[in-house]
Amino acid sequence: MIFIDLVVCLLAIVSAVWAIIARNLVSAVVLAGVVSLAVSYLFLRLAAPDVAMTEAAIGAGLSTVIFLIAVRRTEEEEKR
Amino acid sequence: MIKQLVGLLAVLAVAALFVALLPLMAPTELGPVTRHYVEQGLVENRGANLVTSIVVNYRGFDTLGEVTVLFLSVSGAGFVLRRREGLVPEPQRRSSELVQTASRVLFAPIVLFGAYIFVHGHLTPGGGFQGGAVIASAVLLLLLADRDRLLPHGFLSVIESFSGFGYVVTGFVGLAATGSFLANRGVIDLGTWNRLFSAGVIPVIYVLIGLKVGSELATLLDTMMHADQAGEGHR
Amino acid sequence: MNLLSLHALAVGTAIVLILVGLAGALVRRNLLKIVLGFSIADSGVNLLIVTLGHIPGRTAPIIDDPKLLKDAGSLVVDASKVVDPLPQALVLTAIVIGVGVTALMLAFVVRLYAQGKSLDIRDFGRLKW
Repeated sequence: MIFIDLVVCLLAIVSAVWAIIARNLVSAVVLAGVVSLAVSYLFLRLAAPDVAMTEAAIGAGLSTVIFLIAVRRTEEEEKR
Repeated sequence: MIKQLVGLLAVLAVAALFVALLPLMAPTELGPVTRHYVEQGLVENRGANLVTSIVVNYRGFDTLGEVTVLFLSVSGAGFVLRRREGLVPEPQRRSSELVQTASRVLFAPIVLFGAYIFVHGHLTPGGGFQGGAVIASAVLLLLLADRDRLLPHGFLSVIESFSGFGYVVTGFVGLAATGSFLANRGVIDLGTWNRLFSAGVIPVIYVLIGLKVGSELATLLDTMMHADQAGEGHR
Repeated sequence: MNLLSLHALAVGTAIVLILVGLAGALVRRNLLKIVLGFSIADSGVNLLIVTLGHIPGRTAPIIDDPKLLKDAGSLVVDASKVVDPLPQALVLTAIVIGVGVTALMLAFVVRLYAQGKSLDIRDFGRLKW
């Protein structure tokens, strides 16, 4: 069990660093969503199911969507 | 270059702070306040989920302020990205038949699932905030399927303001009945532990929070997607 | 503290996330990347606060089992069997606030882009006189 936790922690850290240094904005946003999902797993392991649900629904779901909309809205007007 | 250096220094300072605080980070016992919440939570509120009891009852006033902050940030975003009245959005690329049909089929079950989450907030993990987010994701599905759809803002703001108003009214009912704002004991019968109809006003408030958060997040998604183009609204 | 315990791992991850997010917000120049950095640091802070309330070997603060009660007759809960629910309640609301604040920042970014046609923070230096 602790090794799964270790892998998830590493996943969170690697995705966070990658999200910051990535050149492509969409992949950066998706990687930030992966960070949220990994953190949500850690919440579940830390005996906080309420917080895990919130983080999965809001942090990994809605927040990613709002970021993606913002990315699209700052791209589409470039083409005109 | 200087900016990078200053940034690095700030990060290092925060890291040093954390290293200094590390010994404090391994508690072995509950603090006195939490101990009261845990031990007396069932006796005083009958809510099986202690986190819900704290969010809605013991710290209910904080949650009221928190819901206000969410409202302010969403309306701030709406003000910054104003959707002009009568603006017909430019027709966008239509989504595929699959997405359209699936969104029509799935919308009602997802809303129902969100409602299930916040109705059972005092029994199982979940509650108004999570249920509201699930409802907002159902609305997102609708917006994705039909990108030209404009949400009925009047309807959403009526739900939003009435649930906020209901929260405050519940607080004042507690004030009138027992002399403390948002009181739980002595307002409605507390019921039996681990039943759906238990925990007094906690489920009532959590349903209101769920409606409020759901309509706010749905409005937020709509604002972000349909904000007026090219910033002409503010020149 | 044992380095390969869940507690140590979570504290470490939280601190690294906060630092990475902060570094991203301070060093990057793309406005969306700055907001993304704040968002990652937000996750880290939330993880740290929840970890502070976690006591190893205890269960979640949801009393659906009579075994968690002190004795069968009363409804007094045995405080030595559940983790601290207070940080969890705090973080629950902090996550929702976080998404609201992030959305507000993104709205400003979209508005700035609409007026300046740029996402580079150096193009918005009008306050730097």
